[in-house]
Amino acid sequence: MRNRTLSLKILSSVLIFGAWEVAGRVPVSFAFPTFLESMAALWTLTIEGTIFTAYVETLKPLVVGVMISAFFGIGLGVWIGLSRKFDWFVSPIFIVMQSAPLAALIPLLIMVYGIGLTSKVFVVCIMAMPVIVLNTSGAVRNTSVSIIEMGKSFLGTRREIIMKIIMPSASPIIFVGLRLGISAGFIGAILSELKITPTGVGDIISYSRSIADYPSMYAAIFSIILLAVLFLNILERVEVMIFKGINKGLVSD
Amino acid sequence: MKAFGYQLPAMSSLIIWGLLWELVGQLELTFFLPALSEIFITLSEIIGTKPFIKALTETGQAFFLGTFYAVTIGIPLGILMGKNRFIDELLLPWVNVFLSAPLTALVPVLMVLFGFGLKAIVITTSLFAIWIIILNARAGVKQINPALVEMAHSFGASPMDAFFKIYFWAALPEILSGVRIGFIRAVKGVIIGQLLISIVGFGALFELYSSQFLMSHFWAVLLVLFTLAFSISEFLAMLERKVEYYASKR
Amino acid sequence: MNAISTSSKAVEVRNVFKNYGEVEALQDLSLDFPRGELTSLLGPSGCGKTTLLKIIAGLLPADSGEVMVNGETVTGPGPDRAFVFQDFALLPWASVIRNVAFGLELRGVGKSEREAIAEKYIADVGLDGFELKFPHQLSGGMRQRVGLARALSVDAQVLLMDEPFSAVDEQTRRKFQEDLLNLVKHENKTFLFVTHSIEEAVYVSDQIALLLPRPSRVSEIIRPSGFRDKGIDSIRRDSEYLDIVDRIWDSLRTYVE
Ligand SMILES: Nc1ncnc2c1ncn2[C@@H]1O[C@H](COP(=O)(O)OP(=O)(O)O)[C@@H](O)[C@H]1O
Ligand SMILES: [Mg+2]
Repeated sequence: MRNRTLSLKILSSVLIFGAWEVAGRVPVSFAFPTFLESMAALWTLTIEGTIFTAYVETLKPLVVGVMISAFFGIGLGVWIGLSRKFDWFVSPIFIVMQSAPLAALIPLLIMVYGIGLTSKVFVVCIMAMPVIVLNTSGAVRNTSVSIIEMGKSFLGTRREIIMKIIMPSASPIIFVGLRLGISAGFIGAILSELKITPTGVGDIISYSRSIADYPSMYAAIFSIILLAVLFLNILERVEVMIFKGINKGLVSD
Repeated sequence: MKAFGYQLPAMSSLIIWGLLWELVGQLELTFFLPALSEIFITLSEIIGTKPFIKALTETGQAFFLGTFYAVTIGIPLGILMGKNRFIDELLLPWVNVFLSAPLTALVPVLMVLFGFGLKAIVITTSLFAIWIIILNARAGVKQINPALVEMAHSFGASPMDAFFKIYFWAALPEILSGVRIGFIRAVKGVIIGQLLISIVGFGALFELYSSQFLMSHFWAVLLVLFTLAFSISEFLAMLERKVEYYASKR
Repeated sequence: MNAISTSSKAVEVRNVFKNYGEVEALQDLSLDFPRGELTSLLGPSGCGKTTLLKIIAGLLPADSGEVMVNGETVTGPGPDRAFVFQDFALLPWASVIRNVAFGLELRGVGKSEREAIAEKYIADVGLDGFELKFPHQLSGGMRQRVGLARALSVDAQVLLMDEPFSAVDEQTRRKFQEDLLNLVKHENKTFLFVTHSIEEAVYVSDQIALLLPRPSRVSEIIRPSGFRDKGIDSIRRDSEYLDIVDRIWDSLRTYVE
């Protein structure tokens, strides 16, 4: 059973990467290198160490932005979930943000904060914040009434009920919100490197495109996508491990 | 939320936010936030102008085509994956990869492959939308009651009939919810595509406005975009609730 | 001990009204709960049993009227009462011992002390060896034992039990009922027990308050007396037991669709 799944995974990888290789050899376009060329370029970028310095650069706004979004997003979300009034007042902003193409704010952010790190951090924040806030508030609001009543009947103070009942009960969904926030943050970080100023991986992509070094360009894109997918998958695994079986109503997009 | 015994409608607090915005704008606290009234005046001026109409139609066209491909490819593919275990196991890992991948990184590739135009944006839009549509259609098919399928076969339904008359309808609630999320993603995709390609649609308009620091023009366009996005999402959510109602009785 | 707290009534409910919007849940309800006894609230669902219990627990305010526990008016939850919940209300992320000790934890009892107390009650309810298990690893009956141990461990004089056995299977339920009788006998506590099962009420109760809906009221108070000392095994064959079951069914049958 395990073997079948694994061999099918290998088969499907071979098929896709094989198709990439064939399409590159035809070639379908002058700007479409083969799979092996791209991997060779990735190998060069790796042993030269270029890709790692690029990661550090790219991940800087991502890490800072996600940390800011997590701090304020979870804080706001908990407040929204606990207070009816605050919910009514603040939630609509995030509901609108959730469906809005927030990338359109980037030109505005550039005008206000220039083309430095601040703007990039801001891009990550506006992308990551709504999903974190909405998941946190939903999780807090939907805490089982019965365990809250239990806490009250055993004389828990409001603070104890929040810290010992509501927060642990909401944490699986808050964690999911964080993961989705990081996923959106990746989009923001890469977008800002392509749109604001080319740094990090965005720099490799833009530069190799400008000198028509397509294998390096594909290699950089391949590696950043791989990095994001791997990281998010690991987070999901960790989630499943920590919060076995407890999962309810979450906001995805 | 209740005030003075009345149930306040959902989202009604946006009016207060609008007033706050107006106030901040009137006080001229920051140059980048003009008063809301000023933005509305600008909006009424530009809404009929040629560049605006052009941007709107170009965006609409890309969005329509992108979601069209995502839906027409995504739903059958998802249904197929839900039905056929081999295809499912072959494709599912990739669907999951692309679902969580930062697809923005692919836009430069699409630009060099398909040129700086509509085509690249349409593909970006499709790529943003399609994976969740596939996954939900698949999930919808997976939860179908096997008795329903057996019933169809026992009445001699052809595979084609079964496909369109059973699987599609039985999986409709899940499919619709995938389409809703897919469309929200598509709105984001179409704008990201335009921002990066930036000589088409609103991307071009943004370049123009920001190079001249036309703040209220900028906000007017944003307001239109956000309103459209929100309306699309709410409309689909409403549709979904209608179908869910029937689904809960199936 | 003063005169009031030694009085024979542990809980007194006086002229309590409670509406949920248009729905009249309780209307002018008065009822006494004798100290050291088990009183059942029996009635069809929707007649306000849970509402009454939550008002006594201090989890829900009455619209008017008064509830007194040991002669003191209830204004909120208090250390003199402990609740056993129908859906167990366990913390899914906490082990059995932490769940049992949780009531004490909220009362500020130190970790080693509260865990020692919890150990004792875990053993009392027959969950020895399950201290480090989590609720999702337990059967429904075991989960309710955890809920019971938690309520016992805070040593409240009044135990409020809202259909505690409704989510467990029939065999476990019978065992629970026998255990409950032993508990009433040996712990000097007052039990308020909600059920919609006639047999269960007659089997375990010293006093049965029959609640009827529309409007919600106490229609009858029954005190089974004859078979209580005859031993657990023979109760279900006792003629008084059977008579009372029949009598209650006669009163209730018109309210069942
Ligand atoms: N939170 C609530 N809001 C509105 N109506 C309620 C609420 N809780 C209970 N009710 C109504 O009050 C009546 C009594 O409920 P309850 O005390 O739960 O009855 P029981 O426990 O006897 O089944 C029912 O008709 C029920 O529908
Ligand atoms: Mg009840």
